[in-house]
Amino acid sequence: MSQPEVGIIDQVVTQEYKYGFTTDIEMETAPMGLSEDTVRFISAKKNEPEWMLAWRLKAYKNWLTMEEPNWQNFPYPKINYQEIIFYAAPKQKIQLDSLDQVDPELLKTFEKLGISLQEQKRLTGVAVDAVFDSVSIATTFKEQLKEKGVIFCSISEAMHEHPELVKKYIGSVVPPTDNYFAALNSAVFSDGSFVYIPKGVRCPMELSTYFRINAENTGQFERTLIIADDDSYVSYLEGCTAPMRDEHQLHAAVVELVAHNNAEIKYSTVQNWYPGDKDGKGGIYNFVTKRGICEGTNAKISWTQVETGSAITWKYPSCILKGDNSTGEFFSVAVTNNAQIADTGTKMIHIGKNTKSRIVSKGISAGKSHNSYRGLVKINKKAEGARNYTQCDSMLIGDKCGAHTFPYIEVNNNTATLEHEASTSKIGEDQIFYCAQRGIGLEEAISLIVNGFCKEVLNQLPMEFAVEAQKLLAVSLEGSVG
Amino acid sequence: MISIKNLHASIEGKSILNGINLDIKPGEVHAIMGPNGAGKSTLSSVLAGRADYTVTAGEVNFMGKDLLELSPEDRAREGMFLAFQYPVEIPGVSSTNFLKTAINEKRKYHGQEPMEATDFLKFMRSKMEEMEMDKSLTSRSLNEGFSGGEKKRNEVFQMAMLEPKFCIMDETDSGLDIDALRLVSAGVNKLRNSERSFLVITHYQRLLDYIVPDFVHVLYKGRIVKSGDASLAKELEVKGYDWIKQEVEAAV
Ligand SMILES: Nc1ncnc2c1ncn2[C@@H]1O[C@H](COP(=O)(O)OP(=O)(O)O)[C@@H](O)[C@H]1O
Ligand SMILES: [Mg+2]
Repeated sequence: MSQPEVGIIDQVVTQEYKYGFTTDIEMETAPMGLSEDTVRFISAKKNEPEWMLAWRLKAYKNWLTMEEPNWQNFPYPKINYQEIIFYAAPKQKIQLDSLDQVDPELLKTFEKLGISLQEQKRLTGVAVDAVFDSVSIATTFKEQLKEKGVIFCSISEAMHEHPELVKKYIGSVVPPTDNYFAALNSAVFSDGSFVYIPKGVRCPMELSTYFRINAENTGQFERTLIIADDDSYVSYLEGCTAPMRDEHQLHAAVVELVAHNNAEIKYSTVQNWYPGDKDGKGGIYNFVTKRGICEGTNAKISWTQVETGSAITWKYPSCILKGDNSTGEFFSVAVTNNAQIADTGTKMIHIGKNTKSRIVSKGISAGKSHNSYRGLVKINKKAEGARNYTQCDSMLIGDKCGAHTFPYIEVNNNTATLEHEASTSKIGEDQIFYCAQRGIGLEEAISLIVNGFCKEVLNQLPMEFAVEAQKLLAVSLEGSVG
Repeated sequence: MISIKNLHASIEGKSILNGINLDIKPGEVHAIMGPNGAGKSTLSSVLAGRADYTVTAGEVNFMGKDLLELSPEDRAREGMFLAFQYPVEIPGVSSTNFLKTAINEKRKYHGQEPMEATDFLKFMRSKMEEMEMDKSLTSRSLNEGFSGGEKKRNEVFQMAMLEPKFCIMDETDSGLDIDALRLVSAGVNKLRNSERSFLVITHYQRLLDYIVPDFVHVLYKGRIVKSGDASLAKELEVKGYDWIKQEVEAAV
């Protein structure tokens, strides 16, 4: 008869991660651990040209001299690089020409993830490159794209088919010396996507890469390179999941974007790596370097990310605004629940005149998780008339989690205009009760409130993915209050 | 409709409701009046199922069901509606989306299919016309940046949309100027019918000039100390609450 005295937002229970299954398939792996031989092994497996191996080895030697960074405000156990398998690929002897030759187990895996690679069932208007552990399995709609001159293939393939492009651009935005994890990636990267949009072409469909880590004890080190030549446009989306495993797995990717004169690249991420259990056991370490350069005038690069997975997410998709009048955008939703940690944000480096940047960050923390926004806006000396607008909003669910904001600003030109807004809110019992009184139950109410909070960012996603992302937000926070 | 017997409730160990008895039949409008701190809002919160309060004794029968056994959302789905004294803001969520969710949750509870988007919009449009609502209100974020009057009108609009059987209105008149009061009351009067019951909570008599009640009760120190018809409200308007307080104290 009596009502419970405790508040509603109190209990914290775990969520179900519905992508946690594993695929049973014969794999070929590199011996565990990292040495010069590992680098040679990977390069040989991919039958790479000599220059690529030389590039990797240089990166590896450089990595050996570097220290793992420690400026972040969260601890994580020391990673033992000798206990990681750096290359794992499904065994297949023939070069794939069509989907018929792909192992049906793999096709089934992607079906299960909602990514159909079969022609007839595919999402209309989206070309997909599917990466399973260390290799690209299949790229769809290749022929249709080719007609427009768009190159969309795995980066391994690009090394052979378009060596001049790869040679010219790889490491041009994120040099192998950039940081510890970028150096590591440069040495051991296994696969990833390559995109080239020729001059004046508007890519006729969304391009998408889906990453799946499957094998145990492996790291995933993919590398993506997107080049938009003058007056071109491309919208690209990446998604990812992994099985539930008790040990942590490292994901250290590098993404490089190059936008030439009047070109626009829209890069969206829906990150849903396995976050670990509710006590923080297992889960992916998502240590990623993503950077784009607006090389030409009027170029535009826009990052949109919805980060719901991973034990630790540590990344700052950034824009170098070199061309005059170029624009950089960063729209982010980062959700942390249970023991998850996210330290994410962006760097906007204004170099050209009248460059503009816009940052909208929405952090949602539940459970005993920690969620930080860390961002740098740098206005160089010659960046006359640069403008930045930054908005950082945090939402707390419960009172055991934390939200932190670290905005760094460096202004070297006094014609710059910078605006910064920040807010912190709590999903209140008042809001929950209001919804309940209208017949809306707890989970539905949280989903409604959180989606409202993130609306500006979700609106940036391509339609099909916005719906997915909304569902994902609801699932990630399932059981965050009880 | 609803039958409240000997209801006691407390918060943080402090007893606020001290034996409420009230019987409301279908189609009746009851007003609860009383000085500040009498327990009016507490009564509405307890009926709606707010978790902060502990019911220490008594029972409430709501259309044949034990109300106190139902979760707040199930009470709503069974047809109880509370127009809040202070409606909360939900940034980024439009009234349209909010109401669609609410209606479909209720339909699910009653084993019905969700409403098709087009049917819903049609339904909402007709209700907006009926309630003379401004179109912009439904696309804006729920209650965010609404004026006091807009918030209260929006509560009544939600009431119209959700078609409840029993409506509680907690000081819907507070903070309204006379024009807004007229509009809100006109909305409520449109929703009155022989099936739907109302519990109208107010501090001032003036609301009851517009929403004329069948019964008026005076709540004081967590008890209904006086009941009458609409004329009791007029009497309170003239005499204030002091004479009631004195009567109660004298009787102790
Ligand atoms: N959260 C609370 N904690 C402690 N006391 C409360 C709380 N809410 C209400 N009260 C007390 O309960 C009594 C009745 O309050 P309320 O129901 O809001 O009265 P009314 O609506 O008639 O003005 C008041 O004495 C008030 O101080
Ligand atoms: Mg009150």
